[in-house]
Amino acid sequence: MKNITTIFLVIFSTLAFSWVGLVLSSHLNLGGLEPTTAELDEEGNPIEGDTLNPQPLSGIARTGKDIYVDQGCIYCHTQQVRAKGFGADFERGWGDRQTVARDYIYQEKVLLGTMRTGPDLANIGARNPSKEWHYLHLYDPQATSQGSIMPPYPYLFEVREIGDTPSPNALQVPASSAFAPPAGYEVVPTERADALVEYLLALKIDYELPEMKNSQ
Amino acid sequence: MDTTADTELNKSEGVTERVTLSKIDQSMKWAGIFFVASSVVWLMIGTIFALIASIKLHNPNFLASLEFFTFGRSRSAHLNAMIFGWANNAAFAVALWIMARLCKSAVRHGGLLLIAGIVWNIGVTIGVFGILTGGLTSVEWLEMPVAVTPILALAYIMIGVWSVVAFVHRQTGHVYVSQWYVLGGTFWFPWLYVIALVMILMVPARGVVQPITNWWFAHNVLGLWLTPIGLAAAYYMIPKVIGKPIYSYYLSLMGFWTLALFYNWAGIHHLIGGPIPIWLQTAGSVASVMMTIPVIVTGINHHMTAVGNASAVWRSPTLRFVVFGAISYTLTSLIGSAMALREVNEVTHFTHFTVGHAHHGVYAFFTMIMFGSIYFMMPRLLHKEWPSANLIYIHFWTTALGITGYVVALTIGGWIQGIQMNNPEIAFLDVVQNTVPWLTARTIFGVCITIGHIAFFIHFFWMLIGKTQPLNEGPTLLQRESDA
Repeated sequence: MKNITTIFLVIFSTLAFSWVGLVLSSHLNLGGLEPTTAELDEEGNPIEGDTLNPQPLSGIARTGKDIYVDQGCIYCHTQQVRAKGFGADFERGWGDRQTVARDYIYQEKVLLGTMRTGPDLANIGARNPSKEWHYLHLYDPQATSQGSIMPPYPYLFEVREIGDTPSPNALQVPASSAFAPPAGYEVVPTERADALVEYLLALKIDYELPEMKNSQ
Repeated sequence: MDTTADTELNKSEGVTERVTLSKIDQSMKWAGIFFVASSVVWLMIGTIFALIASIKLHNPNFLASLEFFTFGRSRSAHLNAMIFGWANNAAFAVALWIMARLCKSAVRHGGLLLIAGIVWNIGVTIGVFGILTGGLTSVEWLEMPVAVTPILALAYIMIGVWSVVAFVHRQTGHVYVSQWYVLGGTFWFPWLYVIALVMILMVPARGVVQPITNWWFAHNVLGLWLTPIGLAAAYYMIPKVIGKPIYSYYLSLMGFWTLALFYNWAGIHHLIGGPIPIWLQTAGSVASVMMTIPVIVTGINHHMTAVGNASAVWRSPTLRFVVFGAISYTLTSLIGSAMALREVNEVTHFTHFTVGHAHHGVYAFFTMIMFGSIYFMMPRLLHKEWPSANLIYIHFWTTALGITGYVVALTIGGWIQGIQMNNPEIAFLDVVQNTVPWLTARTIFGVCITIGHIAFFIHFFWMLIGKTQPLNEGPTLLQRESDA
């Protein structure tokens, strides 16, 4: 074991071994998944005319995802629902079914996450479809969820003087909020807040996939 | 001169040997100083962001209106400053120095190494600044903007190649276990890094292949880069300072090859329960449990060498830190193996337990060994002694107690969090609020660690800039021989 070539080969092959076993095999196994229908025909093909799922995000939601990414939301929120009986994801209402590999195929960046300082968001758009709630929650989490430790995102909003009439999209910030605007001022979402909320509302696991029939 | 434990001037080493080592130390001097100085500066930067992120988790309105410091960015700046700034710079210095000494091969063209080091640090600076200003990628352990990553990959290769050069030009027949670990680490890291960059950020793989690649990479940064360098340093320092050979050559061999074989399959345990095939999760759990073999084997080797020399360990600044790190390695690895079992993972996954565990590994094991190694290395590069035993005392006690409290707090708090999260009767917001006392405790222990870092920072630059102190007074020890 004194020859550098031998040492190099062994060092190389141990890493190559795990790369082939874990990464390459997953790529071959899962890298070709396509959207499909909830039921399959007898040959296992999608049924023509039925809706194909999952579906890609709309343009503005994609922009919102970029904000989710650059703010680092993933460090407190997962986007994965685990099977019934493993953890309490199902009982907490985070999703009606387990998420599977096919759910993620259209995501250019997959944000599974590994931390639940806050709740899972895989299905947040279906769980809480209220835009107003999400705006207020992002502006000051304490205003909607007293005792939350989520950071406020006041910089995604603009505090401005109320003009002749209040803006239709101004937030109803309670006076008790630490970020309540002074009298005569209102809080309106910036484009970034609009996009982020659009993204959160687009996070939905509200469709069935055929592989669900084999699990649970 | 008395035969104190923390000196190399053992009778066993002849004058020629000392002259050779001294020449090697001289060849590494400027690059070594640069890497250690950079690492110490990054340690302080990483500490500041750590405190900010930690405070935000129990006082969310702290600095809330500054986007630059928002939690997601602060914690990522902390992680990257610590891993790529502190840990990597320290690892470069210690690993290359150990390698050069063990190969009895002076560093050729040390100027090139210095330039590569400067490039690396420019890359890390741009990367951390990028994270804070909107370039955060949200890919764990690959947070820096993609544009800066080729600079880092290139600089790493330019630095890592020095371990190969030293090895090829070695003047010794015998190959010591530290040399395998350094070679392994410097080969493994650039491959991991480049493959992960390409498959996740540059040409993203489809769907969940990304997180699979992500955890294959991220866990291997610990297992196949920081761990080998930490172990290489422990294998070098413990016998060197105590002055007796390692307990078992055979065990060191076995420890290295089982680590090389098992560790790189273990990372998938971060995705247990996730939307990936069950067999992959099982492979991750199996490999994690198999890791008990190299861990126990290495533990026996380190601890059996140190055992019976308690007074030497206690007196030497180097060994206090290194042995603390070696014990932590055994503990954190065994806990890590347990965490990969599905039943345990069901509780600990997604909680602060994992954060505590990560710090147990990177701080209580790796960082403490690097502190110890720097205490050993700098006097030999600078021909000066550490000016103050008191600052070393402060550094040791604040960091040792601080990290112990930190890990205990997050381990207990995280376990409670996991149990409560799995109980749907308890509202989620209550689960969150029940973590707050533990997160507050984390900040307190973090402040304790920060005091140690400030002491170390002051001490390092005092030694570097201060007047030369005569070496003949002997090394700075934490206890006089008569007290021992």
